[in-house]
Amino acid sequence: MAETPAKKPWEIPRQKMPEQDPKERARNFREVPYGYSPEQAVAEAKRCMQCKNPPCVGGRKNKKTGEREGGCPVEIDIPAFVSLIAKGEFIAAARKIREKNCLPAVCGRVCPQEEQCEKTCTVGARGEPIAIGRLERFAADYERANGGVSPPPKAPPTGKKVAVIGSGPAGLTVAGDLAMLGHEVMVFEALHCGGGVLVYGIPEFRLPKEIVRREIEYLESLGVKFEYDAVIGKRETIDELMKEEGFDAVFVGTGAGAPSFLGIPGENLNGVYSANEYLTRSNLMKAYDQLYDTPIARAQKAAVVGGGNVAMDAARTALRLGAEEVTIVYRRSRAEMPARKEEIHHAEEEGVRFMLLTNPIRILGDEKGWVKGMECLRMELGEPDESGRRRPVPVKGSEFVIDVDAVIVAIGNTPNPLIPQTTPDLEVGRHGTIIADPETGATSKKGVYAGGDIVTGAATVILAMGAGRKAARAMHKYLTGGMRNR
Amino acid sequence: MARIVAKRIIAPNTVRMDIAAPKIARKRKAGQFVILRAAEESERIPLTIAMSDPVTGTITVIFQMVGHSTMELGRLPEGGEVRDVVGPLGKPTHIEKFGTVVSVGGGIGTAVALPIAAAMKQAGNRVIGIVGARTKDLLILQDEMKAACDEMLVSTDDGSFGIHGFVTQVLEKTIARGDKIDLALAIGPVPMMRAVCDLTKRHGIRTIVSLNPIMIDGTGMCGGCRVSVGGKTKFCCVDGPEFDGHEVDWDLLVNRQRMYMDAERKAKETFRIAHPEPKSD
Repeated sequence: MAETPAKKPWEIPRQKMPEQDPKERARNFREVPYGYSPEQAVAEAKRCMQCKNPPCVGGRKNKKTGEREGGCPVEIDIPAFVSLIAKGEFIAAARKIREKNCLPAVCGRVCPQEEQCEKTCTVGARGEPIAIGRLERFAADYERANGGVSPPPKAPPTGKKVAVIGSGPAGLTVAGDLAMLGHEVMVFEALHCGGGVLVYGIPEFRLPKEIVRREIEYLESLGVKFEYDAVIGKRETIDELMKEEGFDAVFVGTGAGAPSFLGIPGENLNGVYSANEYLTRSNLMKAYDQLYDTPIARAQKAAVVGGGNVAMDAARTALRLGAEEVTIVYRRSRAEMPARKEEIHHAEEEGVRFMLLTNPIRILGDEKGWVKGMECLRMELGEPDESGRRRPVPVKGSEFVIDVDAVIVAIGNTPNPLIPQTTPDLEVGRHGTIIADPETGATSKKGVYAGGDIVTGAATVILAMGAGRKAARAMHKYLTGGMRNR
Repeated sequence: MARIVAKRIIAPNTVRMDIAAPKIARKRKAGQFVILRAAEESERIPLTIAMSDPVTGTITVIFQMVGHSTMELGRLPEGGEVRDVVGPLGKPTHIEKFGTVVSVGGGIGTAVALPIAAAMKQAGNRVIGIVGARTKDLLILQDEMKAACDEMLVSTDDGSFGIHGFVTQVLEKTIARGDKIDLALAIGPVPMMRAVCDLTKRHGIRTIVSLNPIMIDGTGMCGGCRVSVGGKTKFCCVDGPEFDGHEVDWDLLVNRQRMYMDAERKAKETFRIAHPEPKSD
């Protein structure tokens, strides 16, 4: 009997991620996907072609635009860790990832892989790309569950002290990298626990806080120290940290934490939240948990204004807090929504409704000053605007009112102004971002580096980590090179 | 974690706590506040720093036990620890030599008025302090206020101490006796601040108030503390807590303070049942 020819990798379907049933999960805060089993992980890893010059790591030149696209912002050796998984060497795979990424369990969950590594996967060019993100998550989860997390050998102490301001993805990356290189690292965090947007912004069902806590414990095992409840800019300035407290260099990773509002009438009514406030109450303060004291509005009918990941997170949180009806109100069409497809899909599956090409113009209140409705206008798409997306234009006379008892505004965040306001010689851009060299994170102030959303404006976890990686490299050079050049 | 160095009940349900927070004690200025969290499950509570001592490294907060969270905080023992203390937050009071400054403190608001009055006096102002409370027992910080002011007038609503009447009446008399008042500060319950502002507006006296909306992070991150001042939305935690009282939308403030009233009432009852007051207290 003739052997059937082996299937090509792209002919084998990608392993499906087992998930909680949408109906059930829409009412609890447990994580949505369960993660791969070891068998699934091995099967998925075996689809990888082990490219010699892997585009999942380095990206690929887009033939039309001439620009490089895709790839891994923190340069994880993807084929190497995938091949270790294929061989069943799961802990070795996790360590391979950790060489370049100190937060693999986080990135495996929240990175937009479809825009990065998986976008340029060779197998993906002909079929479904390797599920790199899911494999990363699998390796990290396996390592944690099997007691495999152990700090790699560190460089000898350099005697240099570094302050990291903000414990979000950028700050944690800088802290981990510099600790590995032998520097003494102190992370200052304004809130009462570490992780920045990973703990106050991203909900439990998408990123369990226990995972963030364990990643921080890992950094502590590398010798990184954390001081919570420390608002730099208020309690100490950067100058004081450097001149009085002996820090040789400072990294600013204070993120884009200031919420934008719509600027329409009725926005200060009770029941109107910024997504930041709504998510902070639920995630950081654990308002969803009966054991915690912080209250949150238990809306019956919630509207979430915006089309990004934060809007999806807020909408799905509202469902889990007991809302009967949750509607995303977005002024453009589905094609322009900035949220990840997976997040939109998850929200839809759970029953979130989408009211597209709709723009709120007024929020209506009842006699008690509580939201009772939102007046909107229908929109249509006109000519492209400066973002390249078609500009939404109001349709005359199309006003209508939707019935809601909570409105969550998720239209973006601007950089936190605390550090720029209190550091006179730090150059700041038009939108309040700190101006930093994209390759090194160096700012206008000697010894001070910055990265993440405070430099780019609101972006993604992994881009912040990539910026942290580059800044750490440059800071190491600065600290060990006589601290002369930036 | 921050140690409670000293704790005293200074009036019914009113707690004064000295907390070890050396870095905050060194840096804070009049008008700034801290956010406290009693325990892991607790809410974050904003409280103005009444006093601080950079030498011993302590800050003093004074608060009334009115709901679950403040009761929980107030029940923490001397020598015990507050889970979190964050600060100093908010903008410091704008201090300069204005001339004659009247500082009106109502009830617990006196704790906020005290550091501002002291700083105003130090800047060379003549400071007239007006302190009021519902009744004699609720008057706080009398000695400290006396020391911070050139002249002090005390009133109680029920006439059990000092002048019989509201602080607004005392203020009205002070204006009537012909003193030229360059600036007024009004700190206390919203109805009191509002009444003071109505009065000073009629007399054309600039008035600063310190607002206390619901807050979470206190660093400008959530916008929960938004207030409307002069028709513009401000975040009380980073733009305030002090604002021009004649420009504040009081109705909005009152409404927003009531946002969680039902939940708060329930929580308070649950707390009372779960934690009966010790008899010796």
